[in-house]
Amino acid sequence: MEINFTHKQSAHCENGVVSNLMRFNGFEVSEPMVFGIGSGLLFSYLPFLKVNHAPVVTYRVMPGFIFNRFAKRVGVKIKREKFKNPKQAQQRLEENLKNNNPVGLQVGVYNLLYFPDEYRFHFNAHNMVVYGKKEDRYLISDPVMEDVTSLSEKELEKVRFAKGAFAPKGHMYYPISFPEKLDLEKAIIKGIKHTCKDMTAPVPIVGVRAIKKIAKLIRKWPAKKGIKTANHYLGQIVRMQEEIGTGGGGFRYIYGAFLQEASKILDNPKLTELSVEITKIGDLWRDFAVDASRIYKNRSAQEDAYNKIASQLEEIAQLEEIFFKKLKKAI
Amino acid sequence: MKKSEVPQDSSSLESANIREMYYAVDENGEYTTELSTGWDPKKIALDNAIQDIKERTEAAKQKVLKNETSPIEYYMELNKMDVGILASYVGIWTWRVKRHFKPSVFKKLSAKTYQKYADIFDITVEQLKHIEN
Repeated sequence: MEINFTHKQSAHCENGVVSNLMRFNGFEVSEPMVFGIGSGLLFSYLPFLKVNHAPVVTYRVMPGFIFNRFAKRVGVKIKREKFKNPKQAQQRLEENLKNNNPVGLQVGVYNLLYFPDEYRFHFNAHNMVVYGKKEDRYLISDPVMEDVTSLSEKELEKVRFAKGAFAPKGHMYYPISFPEKLDLEKAIIKGIKHTCKDMTAPVPIVGVRAIKKIAKLIRKWPAKKGIKTANHYLGQIVRMQEEIGTGGGGFRYIYGAFLQEASKILDNPKLTELSVEITKIGDLWRDFAVDASRIYKNRSAQEDAYNKIASQLEEIAQLEEIFFKKLKKAI
Repeated sequence: MKKSEVPQDSSSLESANIREMYYAVDENGEYTTELSTGWDPKKIALDNAIQDIKERTEAAKQKVLKNETSPIEYYMELNKMDVGILASYVGIWTWRVKRHFKPSVFKKLSAKTYQKYADIFDITVEQLKHIEN
């Protein structure tokens, strides 16, 4: 069985799954629109969590939040199911496929064999769509891939039941009811307001203040942790920022695309100006990545170099603070 | 970023025929998308992370050979895991997994426990007990 499903590549997996599932159900919503309405943009530092032996920063909201917020704001209902028993998880998946319903799945990356070895970490918040089964292989639309692919029953079970942080537990989801017409205007405004609130939150580990916090830590790392660890930590920040799925510049470019599209829908030229502004901020994030990579490439950088990139981050933090205050006023 | 500036550096993505998608602006300032084969600053970060795992794995191997830890720690590093991830895969408390790192404790594990670890690492019990094989 094969469902007539159009695969369209996206930068980010969760946006892509939502956008592709919406298209299947007759609603054309772009990836940046899903990301913006779902308030996907963020900066956060998670001091209590370590991944690959380094502190975790994230440039986006928690897995699942984008779809939940998007659905709520445009009036779509989602059904989510998790399973203890892999056999039951497979059964429910096949029932949906038989009913001509493609579903989204949360999976772990480590056992996704179509990714290059270097990219296979124990990361459990990847998303894909299953849209059929042919000769015992599931037909897979992975939004970060140019083309569709397939997985055997065993391979799919492995990634659906990956373990560790954010273990998917067979997590399957799909939209079940839709409004007659999508009311994007109100949803866009809600999405923007939420992101502005997050980014300017008076909490030290979220938004602009978290960027400042990381800048401070970067200044301390070489003396406190040693060059090797400092570079390892720095490398992880850059990887999170430029990982596949960010669209470049820690999601700032996708957000720029969203503001440009939103400007047309809301007939608000200010949002076009702000789109240009966040694009420039995205460029600064890219510059930061370039300079950070120079440090960890040499493996024996001077303390001065760390101070320099910390100052770059502080500048970005300041610009984002101004940006999100302006954005809040613009809508 | 301008569309023409989207980096096309070589990376391991090519071997898997993957190109990742960027959002960038065209000559008219309109946002569009462009595919990229890779970007050096990211490649260096990833290479370093892989190098770090290799070093950890090699260090664990030496410790096993010197009888300072059990092969479980070596296979854990080889599979890019940490204690938390491994514990969650085998379904054993973290502190008990850590105890299994002790060569003296490892020697006395039950056949069932050996099999559990071997299954997770996708190896035989023989390979689990003797890392040279």
